[in-house]
Amino acid sequence: MSGALVFAASGVVLFGLGLFGFIVHRHLLRRLLAFNIMGSGSFLVLVGLAQDGRGVDPVPHAMVITGIVVAVASTALALVVFRRWYRASGRTDLPEDT
Amino acid sequence: MDANALILLGTLATSLVSAGVIFLLAESRHTVRSIFNLAAALLKVILVGWMIWGVYNALEYEVRFTIIEGVDFILRADALGMMFVGLSSVLWLFTTVYAIGYLEGAPNRSRFFGFFSLCVASTVGIALAGNLFTFLLFYELLTLSTYPLVVHRGTRESLRAGRIYLFYTLGGGALLLLGVVALHVLVGDTEFRPGGVLDHLDPTLYPLLVGIFAIMIIGLGVKAALVPLHVWLPLAMVAPAPVSALLHAVAVVKAGAFGIARVVYDVYGIEFTFSLGLLTPLAIAASITILYASLRALMQADLKKRLAFSTVSQVSYIILGISLFGPVGTLGGLVHLLHQGLMKITLFFCAGNYAETLGIHKIHELDGAGWRMPATSVAFTLGAFGMIGVPPMAGFISKWYLGIGALEAGMNWVLAVLIISSLLNAAYFLPILYRLWFGTRERPWCEERARGRYETSMWLLLPTLATAAFALSAGLLAGMPFSPLYWAELIVTREYL
Amino acid sequence: MIGLWSIPLLFALPLALGILTLLVAPAWRVRLSLLGLIPLIVASVAVAAGLVLDGPQVYALGDWDAPLGINLMVDGLAVGMILLTTLVASLCALYAAVYLRDLPASSSFFWPLLWFLWAGMNGIWLAEDIFNLYVGLEVMGLAAVGMVALRATPPALAAAMRYLLAALLGSLAYLLGVALLYANYGTLSMAGLHEVATPQVTTHVALALVILGLLLKTALFPLHAWLPPAHGGALTPVSALLSALVIKASFYILLRFWITLGPEVTPLFTAQLLGALGAGAVFYGGWMAWRQEHLKQLVAYSTVAQIGYLFLFFPLVTGTSPEAARLAWDGTLMMLIAHALAKAALFLSAGNLILAIGSPQISHMVGVSRFRPLSLFSFGLAGVSLMGLPPSGGFTAKWLLLHSAILSGQWWWLVVLLIGGLLSAAYIFKVFRVSFREGPQTDYLATPPRVLDVTAMVLALGAILIGLTAYQPLHWLRLGSPFGAG
Repeated sequence: MSGALVFAASGVVLFGLGLFGFIVHRHLLRRLLAFNIMGSGSFLVLVGLAQDGRGVDPVPHAMVITGIVVAVASTALALVVFRRWYRASGRTDLPEDT
Repeated sequence: MDANALILLGTLATSLVSAGVIFLLAESRHTVRSIFNLAAALLKVILVGWMIWGVYNALEYEVRFTIIEGVDFILRADALGMMFVGLSSVLWLFTTVYAIGYLEGAPNRSRFFGFFSLCVASTVGIALAGNLFTFLLFYELLTLSTYPLVVHRGTRESLRAGRIYLFYTLGGGALLLLGVVALHVLVGDTEFRPGGVLDHLDPTLYPLLVGIFAIMIIGLGVKAALVPLHVWLPLAMVAPAPVSALLHAVAVVKAGAFGIARVVYDVYGIEFTFSLGLLTPLAIAASITILYASLRALMQADLKKRLAFSTVSQVSYIILGISLFGPVGTLGGLVHLLHQGLMKITLFFCAGNYAETLGIHKIHELDGAGWRMPATSVAFTLGAFGMIGVPPMAGFISKWYLGIGALEAGMNWVLAVLIISSLLNAAYFLPILYRLWFGTRERPWCEERARGRYETSMWLLLPTLATAAFALSAGLLAGMPFSPLYWAELIVTREYL
Repeated sequence: MIGLWSIPLLFALPLALGILTLLVAPAWRVRLSLLGLIPLIVASVAVAAGLVLDGPQVYALGDWDAPLGINLMVDGLAVGMILLTTLVASLCALYAAVYLRDLPASSSFFWPLLWFLWAGMNGIWLAEDIFNLYVGLEVMGLAAVGMVALRATPPALAAAMRYLLAALLGSLAYLLGVALLYANYGTLSMAGLHEVATPQVTTHVALALVILGLLLKTALFPLHAWLPPAHGGALTPVSALLSALVIKASFYILLRFWITLGPEVTPLFTAQLLGALGAGAVFYGGWMAWRQEHLKQLVAYSTVAQIGYLFLFFPLVTGTSPEAARLAWDGTLMMLIAHALAKAALFLSAGNLILAIGSPQISHMVGVSRFRPLSLFSFGLAGVSLMGLPPSGGFTAKWLLLHSAILSGQWWWLVVLLIGGLLSAAYIFKVFRVSFREGPQTDYLATPPRVLDVTAMVLALGAILIGLTAYQPLHWLRLGSPFGAG
């Protein structure tokens, strides 16, 4: 099993774990963490699959860096909204489902 | 854009512009609004008269522009359209006068007259449409502009009537849209041309054409109040009398009948329709409507409801005429379009007069009203005689031609329908006349309006007498040029033979 | 090409304005923003002129070519969306300038968020490669969530949170799909994918991920749950922007993917499935809208329903004749544009009605036809387009789609189009019924400023006029698309 495939496979596993956590957990911070794990999983897939016998490919690296920045921004926004929500409602999960 | 096109657009514009202006005017500016309304109506009559003269002399009026590929917006003046637009514009003038008087002191007049103008604009558009797309556009616009008038009073009954009205008319509109698009897929743009545009098609498509005809007739039949699609009409009587008079006795139901005429004559062509075997089912549907509605009219105790069912019945005479193969039947149907409009609006005006002046809504309250309101009752009598088909009223002429047309088309049973329905008409109109002139009133009249010099307000009386006079002269002077009969003959000879 | 300068400007200017408005004092944000509208409008018109005169173009940002550089593409569809965005967002900005005056100062964050939203959207319309689409989606999505949260009430915050979670999930699915596509084909550009895409398993899996992600972001039934609270609970100009423009961005990307990958790769089954889900949206959304008592929730569910019509595109262009496909393209784009204009108008006039009556409940609108006829009229005109009644853009769109459905023999979509129209009539007239009713006089608290009514009316009139003048715009929209040069 080539190194690239290990990366890609673990990326998919991470994505799946994250997805599971995202759907199952109710506490918003946990869901945020799950989302971050999913993100890391996709980045691993990007890096892993793209390495397949093509030498060093700068494009997926660029994509991953962009993706990380986006993830940071999204997480920041989510935390701000969550904090306001917690202050306004006292809850750490969303009412009813989803 | 030449001068002729401008006249076409101008006719449409008079009511569109007046709608806009009226909506923008403050509610309290009654005099300005009335002046504007009347001026616009008068201008429209003049423009229409000009166009009628032009069409008589074989002038061409057309406006067209492309909406999307293969679909044009076309306005055109031809003889059949002129007939309808002539009727609408003259009656709009009278109804405007009537409405100004009727709604004196009522709230929301800006809203009323604004949508009223939009309705007339839509009706004019329907009359002037040069292809099915344009017809459909104005047909749906008519639905949208009549809804606010039906629910004008804002009561529970009005809103319920409005809801049912929308259900039927929007549903019919959807069916009509389907039919029109299907025709577009088959033949492209369906411009109205006498003799139709469909007879060159491959015979394997004929079943499809029959299906399309059926859905279009159902779509049009909702407005034309063909049974069982007529349910909305009696309910819409809850609207103020001017609305019932113009719209539901003339514009909306006539739009449906006019649409059926266009489809049969100018899209399918009468010969092609006959060869597809579609005329007989149409005649049967019309006959069922005529008889059923006349029976229902007999059972009504409310005056406007009785007149409503009478409308349902009478409009189907037009459809019956259309379904009779041959020039005489066509003549009967088309001329009845004008005659019925004149007579029915007179009757509705009278009903409104009775309601406004004496608070009468039920028939049994009419005892002796003839002597209290003689002019109105004379007008009512003339209208009623016309409906029954007594010479020399216009209604007699329509029925005469329908009868001969039926014999020519070999549909003798239609003759029986005509005779039975005339008897039924007599059965539900004569008792009213009897009550008017020979009934005795025990209690004093409750005067809704103070008794002035005349029996009721001049705003209400003059239009009533005018339309009654027109209905009478349409019959008496039928042989003269520019009578409805003359014009209908022109249409038949010029375009269908 | 003339107006070449305008292409990067369309992306850079909103970004710059976003940063600038963050830095200045709240009082200056409005003025700066309104001033910034002018060059943006000029740039949009310039790029449109360039397209009409010189044809579709690809532009390399900073002259660095793909794959590391960013390529921007200008064709009929892109320009159409740019113009639509400029028109709707400008009018919503005008509306917001007046509407937000009486709200707390924190709502002046609307302006930087608006500009970031606009930058993201322009980035999406102009993008030539699928990764840029991801970036654009994210920028736009985060800005949109921020705008929903502006209201700061608990329901709005919950709606914003829900929206954020759905958006993030959708983006991640999309990203994974992009990753798979790159791994398979080694190219991110749409032109490149168009050349090399073949129907393999990995392509289908990637496409499935992309579609799922975008469906979630477009709130297609049954993944629509986040939309009504977000669109219905936000501030009025925000609702208008979200329903008119933001929701269209993810659909736009789906459209691009579909026509880029081409008819060999896109499976017939998926196309019909998307159409079926669209039908579900039309019926479910319409029925739910009819049941709502809260005016803005009604309008929000209307969005859920109208989105469904857009998805009829897929079954009508896959496996059908070129003419049916062209009609479907025309119809879908017309529906997109007409809906954007009409929905923005609907939200803005709903906002006006709510301001006038002081309550968002429909049942409180008794007799409003007498006092706010202009607001009600723009609501009505917008409603005419949504119902697909003539004369309006919605009607022209419905006509084109009906034509396409009949021509391609897929007569089951006819039912969806016709019944959907009747359902919209049910909920639109529900509002009118109440407004015509005569009842006890409610205390009318406010006369909203004229500007609010005028902007709503302009949008509503736009929705009507586009229906009558569709011939030339449709021709231009086809430039550069596979549906012929018109």
